[in-house]
Amino acid sequence: MTYIPHSPKERDEMLAAIGVEKMEDLFTAIPEKHRYPELNLPDALTEMEVATELSEIAQVNETTQDLVSFLGAGVYNHYIPAAIDHILTRGEFYTAYTPYQPEISQGTLQAIFEYQSLIAHLTGMDVANASHYDGATAVAEAVNMAMAQFRGKRKKIIMSASVHPQYRATTDTYTQFAEVEFVSAEASQNASESLIPLIDKNTALVVVQYPDFFGRIFDYTKLGEAAHEAGALFCIVANPTALGILKTPGEMGADMVVGEGQPLGIPMSYGGPYLGFFTTRNKFVRKMAGRLVGESVDARGQRAFVLTLTPREQHIKRERATSNICSNQGLLALAAGVYMSLLGQNGMKQVAELCYHKAHYAVEKIAEIDGFDLSFDTPFFHEFAVTCPEPVAEINAYLLEHGILGGYDLGEEYPEMGNQMLIAVTEMNSKEEIDAFVAVLSEVNHEH
Amino acid sequence: MNIKLDAAPKIVEPTVYELSSPGRIGVDFPDPDVPRAELPDALLRAELPLPELSEVDVVRHFVKLSTFNYSVDSGFYPLGSCTMKYNPKINEDTARLPGFANLHPLQPIETTQGALVLMFQMQEWLKEISGFDAVTLQPAAGAHGEFVGTLMIRAYHEDRKDTKRVKMLVPDSSHGTNPATSAMTGLKVIQIPSDERGNVDLDALRAEADETLAGMMLTNPNTLGLFDENVEEICKIVHDAGGLMYGDGANMNAMLGITKMAHLGFDVMHYNLHKTFATPHGGGGPGSGPVGVVERLARFLPAPIVDIVEEEADGLPPLYGLVDPSSTIGRIKAFHGHFGIIVRAFTYIAMHGADGLRDVSEYAVLNANYLLARLRDTYHVPYDRICMHEFVAEGRWKDAPDIHALDIAKRLMDYGFHPPTNYFPLIVHEALMIEPTETENKVTLDSFVDAMLKIADEAHATPDLLHAAPTSTPFGRLDEVKAAKDLILCCWLPEDYENQ
Repeated sequence: MTYIPHSPKERDEMLAAIGVEKMEDLFTAIPEKHRYPELNLPDALTEMEVATELSEIAQVNETTQDLVSFLGAGVYNHYIPAAIDHILTRGEFYTAYTPYQPEISQGTLQAIFEYQSLIAHLTGMDVANASHYDGATAVAEAVNMAMAQFRGKRKKIIMSASVHPQYRATTDTYTQFAEVEFVSAEASQNASESLIPLIDKNTALVVVQYPDFFGRIFDYTKLGEAAHEAGALFCIVANPTALGILKTPGEMGADMVVGEGQPLGIPMSYGGPYLGFFTTRNKFVRKMAGRLVGESVDARGQRAFVLTLTPREQHIKRERATSNICSNQGLLALAAGVYMSLLGQNGMKQVAELCYHKAHYAVEKIAEIDGFDLSFDTPFFHEFAVTCPEPVAEINAYLLEHGILGGYDLGEEYPEMGNQMLIAVTEMNSKEEIDAFVAVLSEVNHEH
Repeated sequence: MNIKLDAAPKIVEPTVYELSSPGRIGVDFPDPDVPRAELPDALLRAELPLPELSEVDVVRHFVKLSTFNYSVDSGFYPLGSCTMKYNPKINEDTARLPGFANLHPLQPIETTQGALVLMFQMQEWLKEISGFDAVTLQPAAGAHGEFVGTLMIRAYHEDRKDTKRVKMLVPDSSHGTNPATSAMTGLKVIQIPSDERGNVDLDALRAEADETLAGMMLTNPNTLGLFDENVEEICKIVHDAGGLMYGDGANMNAMLGITKMAHLGFDVMHYNLHKTFATPHGGGGPGSGPVGVVERLARFLPAPIVDIVEEEADGLPPLYGLVDPSSTIGRIKAFHGHFGIIVRAFTYIAMHGADGLRDVSEYAVLNANYLLARLRDTYHVPYDRICMHEFVAEGRWKDAPDIHALDIAKRLMDYGFHPPTNYFPLIVHEALMIEPTETENKVTLDSFVDAMLKIADEAHATPDLLHAAPTSTPFGRLDEVKAAKDLILCCWLPEDYENQ
């Protein structure tokens, strides 16, 4: 099955208009020995057959709907209001290109402008861009922006070890051929204090996560002040759900606030596509990579929106651009914009509080189990580390037998944290589910 | 253009902030079923300046906004270099299957075999389609794929202790991402001119092919829509100098089943699933930019890729897992790629098979050549030979000196079409880059030609019509200077209005 609408007669008329006899005549520029190779692919399926086949493949997976999930580590199982997908599946949105022609793209442009505004207000910052690929690449772009700010004169990035390990790994890959040094204090320490002694005049940027990878909440105000005293920039990687109730990174003096927008109404979809949000202060807007939508007017005196500050971008500046990025996660920015509009200030607060209360209930119950201890005695949001009596992989296998998707095994990325599990609780977890999780965990000591 | 207004601009559709009314709720959540824990007072925010709307407010607002958009679902979108083909609806359904949408990327692989087998199969199919030996699905977009490719090229040379290779060649017709990507990888960008047939100038290439050459980034067919007739010679010159060939797969829609890029001499190439394999552009993203490589680069691929971790045995199927290549350049985003986009492209390839994919490219090229044949007498085509999936015409006439490509583009909107790409590639004056794709029928193409011919007449007889265009769209031309000068990048909050 293809989506080619030509009749044989039309094809022949078109070939005649071109002045060739057959399709093959259009491809004579291709070296003959490499023309029309054999293509070994399965036979084509009809829509009916492919629908069945894909359903069968999908059913092989055990999802967070089939299982009770306490897995987070950067991706969270939240309720997605029905209206979002009804808006996203409007062809006018999802089958449009980048809004380079503003006269016929005001839908996309105003939606992005609103997304920029909602994200800026949620993070307490001046301005957001139209988005990056995901949280990890947003962090990497923040590092690039700081390096560019100092034109390579400052070569040190203080990257807290309690920033998501995959974000740090991505940043390492992005900067592997740049002259830059990454330093950090130990992951278990309180980054709001432990990083301060590392800051010096060679520091371009300090990056911390909020809540951090272990779910802990620290007030980074003093760290930000220390960074600024040394002339360095300060970036906070934030969880947008937590910002429904928590003090904003903007209030803590961040110069950039970036993060993963997946919790804002985007399905987990086995890792993507997601949404990297990126905000900064007005004074740095020209240094920021990525698309930006600004307000203007049209020739008829109507308020209208348009891509602006494009001279920073690759299609104009080529090798002198701020980044090579030439897309944004447009449809997912739309999803996040609709999510924040639907929830509004009340809903965002409600979700954040539900996560908070349920996670704290879970902690209280888990801490009562013999052999399980809370790893950190610090305020946390909806995720926390627990030291377990057995290897996490074994506990998770046991939980899975009971239909429970356990937490993230911290030993995988932090060798010093063997037997520690990172557990996430969201509004999707009922008290019954938490109690059942606790009940299975309490069997662990007896079963092994 | 610069627009002077006598009064405040008219608001066609208010923003969500302007629509907000205190106390409205769009979605409600249950009360907690657990005891409330004490909130950390010192760490709470004072206010949350988000709008308050009901669900119907939100739905009507965004539906209204959607009506301001032109899209593939609403009409012909011949935007060169973007492959705006029809996006089949079934792909949207398969990507949203609960078994895919509700899958956490860090689940144990035993629970995600469906997703992993699909990704493994997709890697195999992409290898087969272009003749490469290994594929990563991780890159999030074409530009991201380019970044992966150039990092791998650098890693390859460094691995051989061949550290003086700092130079990346790009043709002057290349996409802006090519030089921007090379610069991001710390490589020095050298531009190579095109010859009079639109091919890479071989003498200029030979002059740069020395021991400092890291590689060359080449789009083929190139951005003129032309297949470079010397592609094998180009690859040989670069290889003989010790460099590697990067293929920008942006224009793969002309090449499916027609030729395999690895056979031509490319060492590494990105695919654009959102162009060639019909996944929707989403108003600017998400895309997906898998990268294929020949054997000698396979161990540098970004981590992880999908592979068989336990062979089939005792009647059990093989176990698929995530594997780090031995000399990997590292991770280039979180998790395993834009899985939801990969499912859409997988569905598309499964429905086409080998013959269907070959048809896609043949008809894409047929449509482009048909438009070229019908327009070339009216619009000058500077590099005029049989084109591939697109061609580039000039939007200017000596006897209509005030008319620019931009005016033609805007006037096309009045005839109900999305304009072609204009002012790219940079080597054509007043460029109009036209890519019809295979999913448009002859009737549509003929009506587009009629509009283009009429506009050419208007350009000479009534040029003001073009300068005033568009007039039939919901919005007119924008004041882009004002946007860049005022830099209003964020909605005002209600208190900002009061303070004004």
